[in-house]
Amino acid sequence: MGKVKTLTLIKKGAEADLYLAEWHNKKVMIKKRLAKKYRPSKLDRQIRVYRTVHEPQLMHEAKKAGVPTPTIYMVDLKKAMIIMEFIDGKQIKQLLSEVSANKREKLCAKIGQLVGKLHSHGIVHGDLTTSNMILNSEKKIFFVDFGLGEKTKELEARGVDLHLMKRALQSTHFSFADKCFKAVIKGYSGIVGDDVAKNVLDKVKEIERRGRYVAERKGESK
Amino acid sequence: MVKKSYCLGIESTADDFSVGISTFDGKILANVISAYIPEKGGIHPREAARHHAEVADKVLEEAIKKAKIKLKEISAIAFSQGPGLGPCLRTGATVARALAAYLGVPLVGVNHCVAHIEIGKLKTGAIDPLTLYVSGGNTIVSAFDSGRYRVFGETLDIAVGNCLDVFAREAGLSQKRGLPFGAIVEKLAAKGKKLIPLPYTVKGMDISLSGLLTAAVNLLKQGTYKLEDLCYSLQETAFSMITEVTERALAHTEKKEVLLTGGVAANKRLQSMIKYIAKEHGAKFCVVPSEFAVDNGAMIAWTGVLAYQHGIVTPIEESFVKLRWRLEEAAVPWVK
Ligand SMILES: Nc1ncnc2c1ncn2[C@@H]1O[C@H](COP(=O)(O)OP(=O)(O)OP(=O)(O)O)[C@@H](O)[C@H]1O
Ligand SMILES: Nc1ncnc2c1ncn2[C@@H]1O[C@H](COP(=O)(O)OP(=O)(O)OP(=O)(O)O)[C@@H](O)[C@H]1O
Repeated sequence: MGKVKTLTLIKKGAEADLYLAEWHNKKVMIKKRLAKKYRPSKLDRQIRVYRTVHEPQLMHEAKKAGVPTPTIYMVDLKKAMIIMEFIDGKQIKQLLSEVSANKREKLCAKIGQLVGKLHSHGIVHGDLTTSNMILNSEKKIFFVDFGLGEKTKELEARGVDLHLMKRALQSTHFSFADKCFKAVIKGYSGIVGDDVAKNVLDKVKEIERRGRYVAERKGESK
Repeated sequence: MVKKSYCLGIESTADDFSVGISTFDGKILANVISAYIPEKGGIHPREAARHHAEVADKVLEEAIKKAKIKLKEISAIAFSQGPGLGPCLRTGATVARALAAYLGVPLVGVNHCVAHIEIGKLKTGAIDPLTLYVSGGNTIVSAFDSGRYRVFGETLDIAVGNCLDVFAREAGLSQKRGLPFGAIVEKLAAKGKKLIPLPYTVKGMDISLSGLLTAAVNLLKQGTYKLEDLCYSLQETAFSMITEVTERALAHTEKKEVLLTGGVAANKRLQSMIKYIAKEHGAKFCVVPSEFAVDNGAMIAWTGVLAYQHGIVTPIEESFVKLRWRLEEAAVPWVK
């Protein structure tokens, strides 16, 4: 696999350790999914292998759909490890609280467009948070962390995707979450069209309302 | 001696009717719970509400007796205002209004989910926890941030307790007083060994359990697997998903305590999983004692105290029940 140099742990994610390293004279990111001892080892292995296989595939698909993602250099299933391009830039999470309101809405509209492109190409991301988006020096927004993503065109899955985006905004950027989400939707509609956007938004509302207390709650009780 | 102040709390969001009494400094003097157990099938909200209306007087009387106080000594009446099943909530609210009017004391509407967290903090000594609230109606990962209990993750469809209950019922098991469906599944699961592949669905910090339930029920009907193995696999899969999102929320919020509550918190396997991740992240693991983890009046009484002491009272004309009152919508001015 060639030599990996200067390994520095830069983030202990909940799921994986992320290392910044040098590999064939390139700056790379190594993402290694760690064993989780709380779950049975067979289940744990299945989950990690599945995600390690799917993440690079979806990143590749996303790139084809016009959504910037890191280039994948190598996948090692045994170690549940991915070596990919390192994106030198700033997390959108940080940026949103630093820039002007105007700039913020522009960024969010751009994010909405990218999500629209993903959905139009039958991809859902599965973990749309502002820490999984990085703005590089060329002003391109990269999406990372596709481990929970899926290839699907189902309305439910798209609704869940936008619901996650909305909640991520609300739980980390509550003071301007509503404006940001509106801007995201504007960008999204521009790509998927108003009709599709409306359907997806209705789904988001349904998901939010989905009472844990509806009649079906305890099964067949009528 | 200073005269003691007491708050009486009424809980009736779903299948339990309960009355608790708390002193204003957080001593729980009584917590009487009357569970409605349907003959067969799930809860019918109206039947549960009828049960609540029938037992209300008796439960109230017993709570007062246990607390060794007089009804007239009560300074405030708190009630569970939502979220929950309409007919059940309304029965509790009606009793609360009548009592408050009779005694001439203020009424305090309490959010049921907030109450689960507050009683958990009171009983375990947790101060600022990440809370995992798992019951028949809820699966929520939440923590305090900027004035509210924020929801970081939850189920996208059914609650984990509901998932276990429906599976148990489909398997022809029957629950008894003191032995709920979840506990029966837990016992069977302890004898299971074989892990059967089932759908595992995590999205961000949310989970989906309905696909898992459907798959498990289908396998059950096929009859190829032992019930013990199915219970084991169902539990392992569902709890792994819940633990994964809890860990993610813990990493994200960097809270130093994890509080496990709700009826499903009684499950030893789930406890061990959550304890494990708490330890990994250097957080203290706190599990709420069963009597205060299930739906109970004491949690409503205690949260009523906190709210009342921070100037929250609910005028009669605003005491309508809120079926979908979300956790993050409830003001909690006493939390800093
Ligand atoms: N190729 C990359 N280049 C630069 N930064 C990256 C890259 N991949 C990931 N990151 C950063 O590291 C963070 C964690 O990565 P990732 O989300 O893939 O791991 P994770 O363990 O799934 O994290 P989490 O548990 O927070 O979801 C990301 O939020 C992102 O900001
Ligand atoms: N040992 C156990 N293992 C797993 N689940 C359990 C166990 N004991 C009880 N349960 C489950 O807990 C649930 C009951 O929870 P609880 O008493 O909090 O009431 P609820 O009405 O469902 O709650 P809420 O209104 O707060 O949603 C049931 O689904 C039951 O099967």
